[in-house]
Amino acid sequence: MTAVRVAGVGLTHFGRHPDRTGRDLFAEAALAAREDSGVPREDVEALHYGNFMGALAERQAHQGPLVAEAAGLSCPATRYEQACASAGVAARQGLKSIRNGENDVVLVGGMERMTNLETAGVTESLAIAADELYEVRAGITFPGAYALMAQAYFSQYGGSREDLAHIAAKNHHNAVNNEYAQYQREVTVEDALDSPPVAEPLHLFDACPITDGASALVLVSEEYAEEHDVDAPVAITGSGQGGDKMALQDRAHLAQTPAATKAADEAYADAGRSPEDIEVAEVHDCFTIAEVLALESVGFYEPGAAIGAARRGETTRDGDRPVNLSGGLKAKGHPVGATGGSQLVEMTRLLRGDHPNSDAVADAEIGLTHNAGGTVASAVVHVLEVVN
Amino acid sequence: MADSGYDEWIDAIDAGEGTYLECPEGHGSLPPRRTCPHCGALELTEKPLPESGTIETFSVVHVASPSFADDTPYATAVVDFGPVRLTGVVRGVEFDDLDVGTSVGVGIEESETTGQPVVVFRPR
Repeated sequence: MTAVRVAGVGLTHFGRHPDRTGRDLFAEAALAAREDSGVPREDVEALHYGNFMGALAERQAHQGPLVAEAAGLSCPATRYEQACASAGVAARQGLKSIRNGENDVVLVGGMERMTNLETAGVTESLAIAADELYEVRAGITFPGAYALMAQAYFSQYGGSREDLAHIAAKNHHNAVNNEYAQYQREVTVEDALDSPPVAEPLHLFDACPITDGASALVLVSEEYAEEHDVDAPVAITGSGQGGDKMALQDRAHLAQTPAATKAADEAYADAGRSPEDIEVAEVHDCFTIAEVLALESVGFYEPGAAIGAARRGETTRDGDRPVNLSGGLKAKGHPVGATGGSQLVEMTRLLRGDHPNSDAVADAEIGLTHNAGGTVASAVVHVLEVVN
Repeated sequence: MADSGYDEWIDAIDAGEGTYLECPEGHGSLPPRRTCPHCGALELTEKPLPESGTIETFSVVHVASPSFADDTPYATAVVDFGPVRLTGVVRGVEFDDLDVGTSVGVGIEESETTGQPVVVFRPR
């Protein structure tokens, strides 16, 4: 399928910015992406933007035109809400609009402002990504839902809290050099094991933090890149999206995430690639167990085999296939509506060679991003490749 | 605020007459529902919920949303009733004794935080 070039990328720092408006966060990321691309403002034909809880956090709906204006754009703008996969689906729709010939240049990305709410308010806001009638009213929280999946995984396949702690330690280690990360510091396996319980078996250091931030990318067609001599060595060559039943109780399996498998299979077929071809990945580790489920879903491991991947050193920066060199959601942070875009930004930089951790994958030419919504009732997978 | 379909389902469980919906293919689902989520069948029949189910997975929650803040710590579980699974709070079991496969029944009790009805599982 037609490759779409990544002409430019931009991020805000991910962290606590309680006093910054969402529109300002997105403007910063969008302007950075525009500057990185060198594409003139008037050539941007559409904005595809992800945001999850803006109506709760800022009492602001209809954010598409608002953030387009903030980013200095005058073009049609659409906001996508798909829980934690909001920016993933936004990027996918922008990509499709170029592939189908509708556009040559689009801006995609997302934003979330969270820390202006108290933790209780964030917990309540995040819960609405689950089934309100059958899960939220039954006491399910976002960590609680992933805890049910973790326990189901342990019961079915085995594994331990220590296996999960190695994932937290790995991702914190990767974030140390990432200036955009919320936690540029190490966490030891012992630190993670000793952190207080949130929803057993998950403890505080199994969970990603509450984060403000924004992400943006300028995507262009091959034709536009050629005609305008745009320096865009990385292309998105595959895209896929999958869905599943909303509530855990209605899923065929509580310890697998088939929505991500469907998304990955579609993305692999689209790119003409297979799991074996992927040299580096950014996956949706909102909780440590989510990284395990992701690695199995996208075909890097058989079900039940990914739990020890970090402990065995297979997914660390020195491993065969490094995962979450950005620090992942765990250490880089998880501004919900920005994360899917952030993963594409990080992967583009890793492959371009201008990421602080690019040296870990110096020869890598093919990467994958995996972005999940809720308890993976939605999933978006992209394949990125160096094309020249 | 009323939620037609769901409210009646809660009331039925509370009365000890829990139900689920079954399609001609035998797939189970919960109301309100116009079509089978598994095969798209439009003919859904109300069936009595089995009296007991087994815990498929569980978690002890220490940090909750404001609507469950005073309930913490509490145990949640997904319970397999055969044709359908239910999600709810487990009461009447020590946390250390929670286990996959434990047989439980279902009823409706109050949240300690809000007094709102909650699906509650207790050992049978």
